[in-house]
Amino acid sequence: MGTKQKNTAFSRRTFLEMGAIAGAALATGCASRKRGNWEFFTEDEAATLTAICDQIIPADDFPSASQAGVLNYIDKQITRHYRPHQRAYRKGLEQANQLSQKHCGKPMAAASPAEQLQIVTSLEESDTPFFELVRSHTFEGYYGSPRHGGNRNAVSWHMLGLDEPPIRGRSRYDLKKGTPS
Amino acid sequence: MKRVNAVVIGAGAAGGIVAKELSTSGLSVVLLERGKWYTSNDCRKDDLRNQRTTLLGNAFGPPDEGNPRVWVDGKGVSHIALPSEGDYQNNAACVGGGTLSYGAQAWRYLPQDFRMRSTYGVPAGSSLEDWPISYDDLEPFYVKAEHEIGISGDDSATPFRGPRSRDLPMPPLPVNKEFEILGPAAKRLGLHPINIPMARNSIPYNGRGPCMRCRWCCGFACEVDAKNGSQNTVIPIALASGNCEMRTECMVKEILMDDRGRARGISYFDADGHLQEQLSDIVIVSACAIESARLLLNSKSRLFPAGIGNRYDQVGRNLQGHHYTGAVGYFGFETYDDIGPGASIAVTDYNHGTPGLCGGGMLANEFIRLPIHTLDRLPTGTPRWGLGHKHAMRNYHKRTIVVIGPTQQIPTEHARVTVDPSVKDKWGLPVARLQGNCHPHTFEIGDVQARRAQTWLKEAGAVDTSLMTSRPEVRPEVIEASQHQAGTCRMGNDPRSSVVNRDCQIHEVDNVFVIDSSVNVTNGGFNPALTIMAVAFFASQSLVRNWKGTGFRS
Repeated sequence: MGTKQKNTAFSRRTFLEMGAIAGAALATGCASRKRGNWEFFTEDEAATLTAICDQIIPADDFPSASQAGVLNYIDKQITRHYRPHQRAYRKGLEQANQLSQKHCGKPMAAASPAEQLQIVTSLEESDTPFFELVRSHTFEGYYGSPRHGGNRNAVSWHMLGLDEPPIRGRSRYDLKKGTPS
Repeated sequence: MKRVNAVVIGAGAAGGIVAKELSTSGLSVVLLERGKWYTSNDCRKDDLRNQRTTLLGNAFGPPDEGNPRVWVDGKGVSHIALPSEGDYQNNAACVGGGTLSYGAQAWRYLPQDFRMRSTYGVPAGSSLEDWPISYDDLEPFYVKAEHEIGISGDDSATPFRGPRSRDLPMPPLPVNKEFEILGPAAKRLGLHPINIPMARNSIPYNGRGPCMRCRWCCGFACEVDAKNGSQNTVIPIALASGNCEMRTECMVKEILMDDRGRARGISYFDADGHLQEQLSDIVIVSACAIESARLLLNSKSRLFPAGIGNRYDQVGRNLQGHHYTGAVGYFGFETYDDIGPGASIAVTDYNHGTPGLCGGGMLANEFIRLPIHTLDRLPTGTPRWGLGHKHAMRNYHKRTIVVIGPTQQIPTEHARVTVDPSVKDKWGLPVARLQGNCHPHTFEIGDVQARRAQTWLKEAGAVDTSLMTSRPEVRPEVIEASQHQAGTCRMGNDPRSSVVNRDCQIHEVDNVFVIDSSVNVTNGGFNPALTIMAVAFFASQSLVRNWKGTGFRS
């Protein structure tokens, strides 16, 4: 898959810790739009988005959204086909953090999973296009084709019981004309 | 450039056939296509970017940049639509047109579908009409299309079909699991299930191998070239004839008229954006319902100030497609066997004959579904996200059957294509402007069809079902044209209520033809590709027969 895979290989815990550090930095006012490993998102934004995506598709015995590379997918597409949504993401992620500050006094990425669930629920209820965007893009990145940077190792297809790589030439031909049961 | 006998605009289902028929009859032909010539190497198996799922754009054109359209909502407000958006009503722009990436269901319309007005009368507010040609006129050309394009399938088990003078050239693909589940249920309901006729090789045919039954089918170019469109059947024959030259990435600007009111050729922008002229004796417009109407309307001249064929304001009217409704069934056992093309079983019992309904439509199981399609088809009440949603995906992706069908639309003259007064595409040509809506009776028929699909699924053992209907209350302005778009240059005997005659010749200009779905008076309750092809063979034959070298036999 190459070098584009970036840091999404970190576990959810690592992300939360990173988020906590970033959050603390934000609180002290010394972190800003510092670009890291992402084409579009800052590290802070990526941490917030990770928290939201992982509520939309949490981990169970199969990976969460971020573990499957959903952030990678969104980060790639937001500079390409989804370029018109850049502002919505910038603003939406900021609002999510404000909401988090109001509810639990810390940035979203530093909040506990239960608090994050609550914040994402109120994001959905606030009826902004932002949540619907993230929801759709998360599903696309998780269930879509791995060629776009998400669905790492076709993990969602394995979860659904689909063969990947697909079986070729499985014809089951019987040339008797018409075999309706 | 050298003058030729005929210019064919658009290398899709119809244009490819016209080019082949004319060139093999000795006419010199230039075939122009605005898109590219893709091959099976361009399949890409991209779940998010193909012709059916266009979240990341269209795979086979037109590109989002420089090709806008305008659509008008129920309040009269205009909006810009891009090709990858639903309101654009897109059909692919490439060699083969829609037939490169279609699902390839290859239905004949039923005899009644050509006589809708005689069968049902005219519902208030509609423009329902009979075709000037009958099923019997078209039957030999259905046979020709089935054999030259290559169709597999078997519809012998139903009495609800037109007479066939010749069997299909290939047996159906072996049935899939959904057929095995739905087949007995249909019979218990007194229906007559059949193996869907498909433009897909089930055995080696026409020098190409059979379908390998993969998951990336409807919306994709076939990886093993087993799906039959004009790009791998008639167009290669046209080119091999030595009489046909195909130019791709060429956008036609207008049809050029002389002082006597006859066409003398066309002007077009070539792949480098340079304006070129191609003179010809005959011009054949095969650009699909929306773009064909747009080209005629954009071809304004002194004698035809409102566009060619538009003396009675008929060009662009009666835009129609199909109103798709159906139901999703959820089963307690696996119904998905991951074998393409997926669509396998259909019934045509409901196309006609229901008291109180003007027609109906075919019902079939849906094409093979990718995970991205299951997202929209989970049981009602499934959480929209979170673990509950993830578990539902795992539970239902392989335990779902969708039965769905194209309800025949009742046409109205208000659903129409015009050209926008201000918005232009990247060549500076006024773009198509779409407005109007479906006739309300179409929705009534669609709702009945959805409940029938639900009944079928329940009989087959579905523990839960949900209906797939879209109501006019939700989107009153809805036009449903897209891949099945038709009707904008209606075929008829009366020049005041139609654009072309039964030979697809424009009433007022004898050397301009429209040969594509635009001429469909009504659109049947079936996927229209085979009928487009049959009409193209029919019209090409009369064109060649009437052509006298310099003009037409009157």
